[in-house]
Amino acid sequence: MVKLTINGRKITAEEGTTILYAARDNNIYIPTLCENEAVAPYGACRLCLVEIKTAKGRERLVTSCIYQVEEGLAVQTDTERIQRIRKMLLELLLARCPESQVIKDLAEKVGVTKTRFVKQKGNNDCILCANCARTCEEVVGVAAISLARRGVDRELTTPFNEDFTEACIGCGSCAYSCPTGAITMEDKRGTRRIKWPHNKMEFKLKKCSVCGQYWAPEKQIEYIAKTSGTPLSDYDACPDCRE
Amino acid sequence: MAKLKSVGELEALRKSITGKRDPKKAVITVCNGTGCHAHGCKAVTAAFQDEVKKQKLQNTVDIRATGCHGFCERGPLVVIKPKDIFYQRVRVKDVPEILTETIGKGNVIERMLYTDRAPGKKITCESDVPFYKLQKRLVFGNNGLIDPTSIEDYLAVGGYAALAKALKMKPEAIIDEVKKAGLRGRGGGGFPTGNKWESTRKAKGKTKYVICNADEGDPGAYMDRSLVEGNPHSFLEGMIIGAYAIGANQGYIYIRNEYPLAVRHVHIAIEQAEASGLLGKNILGSGFNFDIKVQRGGGAFICGESTALMASLEGRVGEPRAKYIHTSDQGLWGQPTNLNNVETWANVPLIINNGADWYRQIGTKNSKGTKIFSLVGNITNTGLVEVPMGITLREIIYDLGGGIPKGRKFKAVQTGGPSGGVIPESLLDLPVDFDELVKVGSMMGSGGMIVMDDKTCMVNIANYFVSFLEGESCGKCVPCREGLQQMKYILTGITEGRGKKGDIELLEELSAVLVDAALCALGQQAPNPVLSTIKYFRDEYEAHINDKQCPAGVCNLEAVKVK
Amino acid sequence: MSPKELKSKAKQALQKHQHDKSLLVDILQDIQSEVGYLPKEVLQETSKGLGVPLSRVYSVATFFKAFSLTPRGRHLINVCMGTACHVRGAVKVMEKIEQELKVKRGETTKDLKFTLETVNCVGACALGPMVIIGEDYHGEMTPEGIVSVLKDYN
Repeated sequence: MVKLTINGRKITAEEGTTILYAARDNNIYIPTLCENEAVAPYGACRLCLVEIKTAKGRERLVTSCIYQVEEGLAVQTDTERIQRIRKMLLELLLARCPESQVIKDLAEKVGVTKTRFVKQKGNNDCILCANCARTCEEVVGVAAISLARRGVDRELTTPFNEDFTEACIGCGSCAYSCPTGAITMEDKRGTRRIKWPHNKMEFKLKKCSVCGQYWAPEKQIEYIAKTSGTPLSDYDACPDCRE
Repeated sequence: MAKLKSVGELEALRKSITGKRDPKKAVITVCNGTGCHAHGCKAVTAAFQDEVKKQKLQNTVDIRATGCHGFCERGPLVVIKPKDIFYQRVRVKDVPEILTETIGKGNVIERMLYTDRAPGKKITCESDVPFYKLQKRLVFGNNGLIDPTSIEDYLAVGGYAALAKALKMKPEAIIDEVKKAGLRGRGGGGFPTGNKWESTRKAKGKTKYVICNADEGDPGAYMDRSLVEGNPHSFLEGMIIGAYAIGANQGYIYIRNEYPLAVRHVHIAIEQAEASGLLGKNILGSGFNFDIKVQRGGGAFICGESTALMASLEGRVGEPRAKYIHTSDQGLWGQPTNLNNVETWANVPLIINNGADWYRQIGTKNSKGTKIFSLVGNITNTGLVEVPMGITLREIIYDLGGGIPKGRKFKAVQTGGPSGGVIPESLLDLPVDFDELVKVGSMMGSGGMIVMDDKTCMVNIANYFVSFLEGESCGKCVPCREGLQQMKYILTGITEGRGKKGDIELLEELSAVLVDAALCALGQQAPNPVLSTIKYFRDEYEAHINDKQCPAGVCNLEAVKVK
Repeated sequence: MSPKELKSKAKQALQKHQHDKSLLVDILQDIQSEVGYLPKEVLQETSKGLGVPLSRVYSVATFFKAFSLTPRGRHLINVCMGTACHVRGAVKVMEKIEQELKVKRGETTKDLKFTLETVNCVGACALGPMVIIGEDYHGEMTPEGIVSVLKDYN
């Protein structure tokens, strides 16, 4: 175990834990947007920046979702400098996604209610945190969507920006992992509709042979059968009816 | 060429090459760098070759297409050895006359000589031209002497002697020598090279890599290109020595595809080194194996950043990552990796050949050796200059650079590429080294120096750099992607007459957050041009905002004024 | 080029680079210089040949400025936007070309004659503003000068 302090409070954490998780375990709030436990840390939203002083006395700002705890580390999560950074970042995000309720709420939490910057159009609540694309690649393993282009032109999209991506199995992990609700998923009358900020796609759902409920996209079931090496017929019934 | 199996064989080969060459035989060197290419040197070189045949002078004179001599302003450049006669702005029609008059009769043709501005006198020898006289061309010097596509030429000027020496040293001793020399990274970071090598050597990992960053992206900086084009074996030799010292068997060169000639020459040099046993298995019979692969960049400034470069080398998008784990511990493919740029690698053979004590004599207390700068913009002598660290900006701009042309006045010099800052006249006596420029809000960076005259608008320049960086931001982190975009909006507004009270303060506030919060150096340093122009030329911003006037007469604020 | 030819171009480039994933950018460079741009078929083939997800190939192909996913003109115009060229008036030259060809930077003329791009410094700063058309370097360009230069291309 590693001993450190956060905002003066003495805490212990397991080696390899990030500052962010150590803080969360101790009910110390650090705002985040691009952080997601299921995937490798990314460090893009910068909201989780904290000030640290190492045991050797070196002071710096670090990304708490990436930086790991160290013996004797002194962490400050809410200094004036940190507040100034968070406010500015949220002002920028408010300009990027003026309609996003999640951003508005988070901004209000740090005392920002309006932005001095030029409001953008057409970002459809997407903050480019890549949670969806990273989950799709690292967790699901299909890498159906990705961030294309660079800089301000960056967009979360399918290959060739089409309303179709061969690799997508319709699992909806992207929608679950999106922090701002920019990706939506809806199951209706045997069809799953996934809407990404700039593309959409439909999937046929499979009906349970026992209860008759639609329970998962056919493509996802095929994918699971293939990757687990089990026969497709194992999936005729939904998990509830299979017991 | 047969593979050399020992240092003895290398030295024997060198002897046979130099033995065949008559030091008294005239050599006409024609600069074939990209700058001179644009001036038409290819046709001039071809004309020399044709004319030599026509006049049957094959036994009297050799024609050599060399790398960049640096004095791009006066190209195409021709230097006639051994007398060192320097002709500039040479055209195809001048070629027969040079051969009949200068080579045939020994007469100097006045018309093509360089005229020194101040005393108005003609100068015959290259080394007497002020542009060259004040330089210390240690790294760059051989560029004008050798044909970059000839390994024999490189061997003739002592090439690969440092490698031969290094292979007989203990790796730790090489690292100590580089540390003692005080060599710091020339790509901009200025990190002590020897320390980096040591950490990579000591890092745990079976496979280690060395990388040469030849993705020179700073607009207005092209020293690395000239080295790769003009003397590719010099930095290859440095890389091989470094790889041996670190214990790496695989190297990568990441090179800008916008430099087609450099890409061609580095491929040729690698093939030659492989064929000669200077690369590959059991180099010079030492038992050390080392291979180099070349990867071309795709036109992304961010890939000059080390972690983005490595991401791109792994076949991914060039996005930087947080550097809490050092590249020396986990770099390319998660293995210990050492990355240096072209100029840094090219300094290594010098240190090994001449020793750290010799090297330490050059430069300032904490910045040793020379640095190549590209002197561009509103300057009389555009070109590349290699000078000892510690020289003042004034010496570079006025003594070497010949000052500002068209009778205009100096306004500022921008150093360190787009992420550097502008430096006003009052600071021109500043000695140039890694630390001094940082103190005034700029940096040395990779060595670009863009001189601006009084017809340059500082708000326009700040907007130019911010727009450049906005276009080059990878888009990963919020402050860089969104912040630079908003900064551009504000600056564009000011230059178009829409500036308002509070804009300067908002720029400063936003800048401070970028410095603190951006993920990588691109974003962290991006505010430098804005902050430094505000610091030294605040009145120009105010004139735009309050009076709707551009003092330099660059911005068009009329449209708004009419309304 | 037919889809079959495109695929074989991609295969050649993949083979030349021994299907080395790390050389993705280099492979795409090679294909683009052969084909002129990167059509969908070659990106799909590259993805398959390297075992890299198509989404990543697409990300890389759109991240780097050197690549184009749409056909380009017979002559590629690169206006240097390096700092040295900027302070010497590159913007005015650029605007003149845009006006003359009726395209914006990044676009191709309707007759597929020219594609207009910018480049960040080619290191020929002594001759700025610099315009490179194909492999020809045109230095010390002015708005008037570029008009007559463009006439030499057909």
